[in-house]
Amino acid sequence: MTTPLLELEGLTKYFPVMGGFVLKHQIGKVHAVDGVDLTVPAGQTMGLVGESGCGKSTLGRLVARLHEPSGGKVLYQGRDIAHSTRRELKPIRREIQMIFQDPYSSLNPRQTVGTIIRGPMEINDIRPEGGLQKRVQELLEIVGLNPEHYNRFPHEFSGGQRQRIGVARALALEPKLIVADEPVSALDVSIQAQVVNLLQRLQRDLGIAFLFIAHDLAVVRHVSQRVAVMYLGKIVEVGDRESIYERPRHPYTHALLSAVPEVELPEDGVATERIRLAGDVPSPIDPPSGCRFRTRCWKAKEKCAAEEPPLLQIGGNRDGHLTACHFPEEPTTHGREIVLDPALA
Amino acid sequence: MALPSQATAEAGSGPADPDLAATSGAGGSPLVGRSPAQLMWRRFRRDKTGVVSAVIVLFFILVAIAAPLISALYGKDPYTTYGLDEPGLLNPYGFPVLPNGGISSEFWFGIEPGLGRDVFTQLVYGIRTSLLIALAATAITTVIGIVVGIVAGYAGGRTDYFIGRTIDVLLSFPSTLFIIAFMPVVENLMVKPEEETPTWLRAASLIIFLTVFGWAGLARLLRGNVLSLREREFVEAARVTGASPGRIIFKELLPNLWTPILIQSTLLLPALVTSEAALSFLGVGMIEPVPDWGRMFLRGTEVYQADITYLMFPGVALLLFVVAFNLLGDSVRDAFDPKIRH
Ligand SMILES: Nc1ncnc2c1ncn2[C@@H]1O[C@H](COP(=O)(O)OP(=O)(O)O)[C@@H](O)[C@H]1O
Ligand code: SF4
Ligand SMILES: [Mg+2]
Repeated sequence: MTTPLLELEGLTKYFPVMGGFVLKHQIGKVHAVDGVDLTVPAGQTMGLVGESGCGKSTLGRLVARLHEPSGGKVLYQGRDIAHSTRRELKPIRREIQMIFQDPYSSLNPRQTVGTIIRGPMEINDIRPEGGLQKRVQELLEIVGLNPEHYNRFPHEFSGGQRQRIGVARALALEPKLIVADEPVSALDVSIQAQVVNLLQRLQRDLGIAFLFIAHDLAVVRHVSQRVAVMYLGKIVEVGDRESIYERPRHPYTHALLSAVPEVELPEDGVATERIRLAGDVPSPIDPPSGCRFRTRCWKAKEKCAAEEPPLLQIGGNRDGHLTACHFPEEPTTHGREIVLDPALA
Repeated sequence: MALPSQATAEAGSGPADPDLAATSGAGGSPLVGRSPAQLMWRRFRRDKTGVVSAVIVLFFILVAIAAPLISALYGKDPYTTYGLDEPGLLNPYGFPVLPNGGISSEFWFGIEPGLGRDVFTQLVYGIRTSLLIALAATAITTVIGIVVGIVAGYAGGRTDYFIGRTIDVLLSFPSTLFIIAFMPVVENLMVKPEEETPTWLRAASLIIFLTVFGWAGLARLLRGNVLSLREREFVEAARVTGASPGRIIFKELLPNLWTPILIQSTLLLPALVTSEAALSFLGVGMIEPVPDWGRMFLRGTEVYQADITYLMFPGVALLLFVVAFNLLGDSVRDAFDPKIRH
């Protein structure tokens, strides 16, 4: 087996919680990402879903090395970059790029589109054939913008167009992996599809691997080959798209899927069971013992509090479909309607 | 006034025009977009108060620059004691013989009581003194404020903590009192008792004192700005592409800080002009014979019961200049950030 493009091993990120009245000191830590194993093969899209606050962005930032991990490994092409310095990272930065969520804060308002897209090439001493400007215009064309607009400022573009500029900036270094942190969540629904299609086309045409973060399961289903489900800093289920969407095993995945309007309802008249998820998402500062989902799980038993379920390929799962649950659900999406409460953020 | 080209308006404050961007430059629409700076300039031009204040401020600056020329054409200088040299100008008590402070076709703004110097040239040269000292202090203050503010905001942690406490102390310090108390100390240390204080030393001390107490405000403002900018995703985008801290500060942060810097300096300059005048008035400002508005004002208050004219000219000039400059500062701020209209 060849080394995968990206491999995360036991990756953790704890943020200190400072407190104290006079003298500030650490009184706790946010377990934002807590022991994540994940593999992204070259040229594939790995979808990452989960409720707001469960650590998806933090995981993306760890991969792009905007954060330094508290523990674990980030293996890029087999090389651990978890604690690399800025200088050591430089050659790898070219290959891992990022698309951000907010098209309004991700572009410098004082720079023209040309300057924004040229920046990464200047920083990395890339001198494209035919000059920087020609390359900038090429990139604008690739992302579906008018190449003549390189002299304009971000405020002259709409949200969707701005997000395309962000995509062009990420493409400027010809990366092998792009971390897309909720790239369409901030956009109008009518615009979302266009940007999603653009990303999908790039993945196909340029063979770029994506770590595609979203809380919208429909979007993830559309773009991903594999999907990972995250809850409170941990991956609770991961597998091929069909496997996750059609044969989910983890109760949390069931809960997420039942909230997706697109999943077709059963025609055979089976009475649907309505399960209301109790309570809020627990605080990541003091996560529940054992299985983190147990405070809201309808199948929780004593074992769930005592023992943390390992992420395993359990009986009945397809190859590569791993689930972290002691008492998994039947692999079906029929016959059950689960109401996630509070509503998905 | 000259605006740095990056000095630009708040993001999204301009008329975002997606249609313009979408119509791909068809129908002869200009391909070069309007920069935030151009938008700011357009807004400024529509502001009548701002334009009038700018004209007044410019006039004062031009007079300061052209002071020797004006003096030559007018045929007098601010140092000669005309009243003592030529009999018939001052009465035996040292007051001008002619009414209204001795205003005549020869002495347009009258004669200084006592020494009999020409008020008009004193006033014209006085702008230079105030402006030069205030300008120098503003320039140094701004540079220190920028550096310290960015360092504190960008470095964070302990550095930020210590800079923050220093700023707090400086801002709560009774600076005027301190300067009055310490100016003589500085001079005792630097100048032998039998010598006279050289003008350059007094000017340098003034600039240094004003700077020491001046930078903290701007630094605190910029620190806050940097703290919020640092969280913006475009800074992270730059880091992801491998940008060095230097590049992030100069290319990503600084262009977004020109607005508060420019606003703050246009408000700081008149404040320092006032401070300089106040210090001269209190006797620790510029020394004789350098013409100075604050000291003219001081002399004016000594003689105003006999003749108010000598108090009028520096008073009105100072008021006009400071008010115009403050209004200009307000207009610049409004032009930069139209959202906070008052
Ligand atoms: N820089 C940070 N400092 C402290 N806590 C943070 C930081 N970034 C994220 N967190 C915390 O980590 C948790 C996960 O956040 P995040 O990764 O943004 O979740 P998501 O992207 O899934 O919504 C949240 O509880 C959040 O408050
Ligand atoms: S381990 Fe227990 S609590 Fe956790 S999801 Fe499975 S059944 Fe629910
Ligand atoms: Mg997020």
